[in-house]
Amino acid sequence: MQQLPDLIACKECDAVHRRLTLGHNEVARCSRCGAELERDMRDHVGRVLPLTIASLFMYVIANVFPVAGLEFHGAVNHTTLMGAVLSLGAEEMYLLAFLVFVTTILFPLFQLLGLIYLLISISGTGRRSHGLNLWVRMIQTFRPWVMVEVLLLGAIVAFVKLTSMATVFPGPALWALGGLALLFASVLSFNPRYIWHMAPPERRKKLATAADRTSAAPSAEKAVTAKPESP
Amino acid sequence: MKTAARLGMVLCGHCAALWKDVQAHDRCGRCGARLHPRKPDSLSRTWALVIAACIMYLPANLLPVMITASFPREEQQDTIMSGIIYFWTSGSWVLAVIVFIASFLVPLFKLAVMILLLVTAWRHSSWRLLERTRLYRIVELIGRWSMLDVFVVSLLAGLVQIQGFATVHAGPGIVAFAAVVVLTMFASMSFDPRLMWDTGAPEQEKPDE
Repeated sequence: MQQLPDLIACKECDAVHRRLTLGHNEVARCSRCGAELERDMRDHVGRVLPLTIASLFMYVIANVFPVAGLEFHGAVNHTTLMGAVLSLGAEEMYLLAFLVFVTTILFPLFQLLGLIYLLISISGTGRRSHGLNLWVRMIQTFRPWVMVEVLLLGAIVAFVKLTSMATVFPGPALWALGGLALLFASVLSFNPRYIWHMAPPERRKKLATAADRTSAAPSAEKAVTAKPESP
Repeated sequence: MKTAARLGMVLCGHCAALWKDVQAHDRCGRCGARLHPRKPDSLSRTWALVIAACIMYLPANLLPVMITASFPREEQQDTIMSGIIYFWTSGSWVLAVIVFIASFLVPLFKLAVMILLLVTAWRHSSWRLLERTRLYRIVELIGRWSMLDVFVVSLLAGLVQIQGFATVHAGPGIVAFAAVVVLTMFASMSFDPRLMWDTGAPEQEKPDE
């Protein structure tokens, strides 16, 4: 098995392209189907860690404080996110409670802590252990199930729905959810697969020599037919 | 156009490293993910998930998603559609449109597109490959937004719990609805868009190499 570091295949149509050196914030797209192949993330990398830590603060506020309060004939009721999950559980809607719990509480937290751990351990030693590999893959796998921005819209819809029925007032967690959704939009634009580009020095050297060997090849096809000798 | 499959290469689905001379059961040398030339059993898995989602689509739309009991009025059961109509008639048109798109149009669109993609990929069709790929991208992007109604009902059930005056309970319909969303999300994840290009790309008629 041999890696072809100077080639890249489109994940949507399988076309093989020569890997381009991307300039500032440039995006490489597949010439056949238009899918994104690669994106220059150098600018973003430095921002991800502070944004993730800010998100973590927002996350705590969003989970500790009530999302909204309701006043009905003098009786007042507040609910937090966890409170909503628990009341679903109390109605024996366990599957639903589980789904809401993982998509709005567990996976966002996992995503944030995972990214923080990953970025800190990468910046420290630049080395990647086997456990770290697994960690990156898990963060990627769970990513579609982080639904903070959908929850925010859901909270707004629920809020407006109640205004016709009773007196409702937004809780601190509603604002925090807004902030969290914005921060998450920026944090999640960092695809953890670019972690692999922050390769440790000795590996980068190896990749560079491999690239030099085939850099004379004018096209993707030629680079392949050249068949660089196996290590 | 040279494709990885025709050149005997395998793309790692996680870290996008490209490998050649890959044996069965090999793992990516960079990130350790299992290497597959195509997502395993993509078509049959996606079919199974889409069919299951279609079955759940019926109770999701027919059963009540929310049961409201408020003291002077009698118990009221809302389905997805009656909730949207309620927003419309009470004057919240913006919300009516948002919920109509997220809860009605998006799931229907997803199921229709997934069936279209499956049938065309299955028949090795080369019809409008670019547009089909674009449809797949849209389905992947919008799929999560159908969870909107699940969160609305959950928050209402958590908030409106004033015993004796007003209580909101989640109805059985919302469980079926959540199942449709989750199943279609899994379906779009297990579908491999490269299968469309494999069999349908017009270049394939010309023998290459």
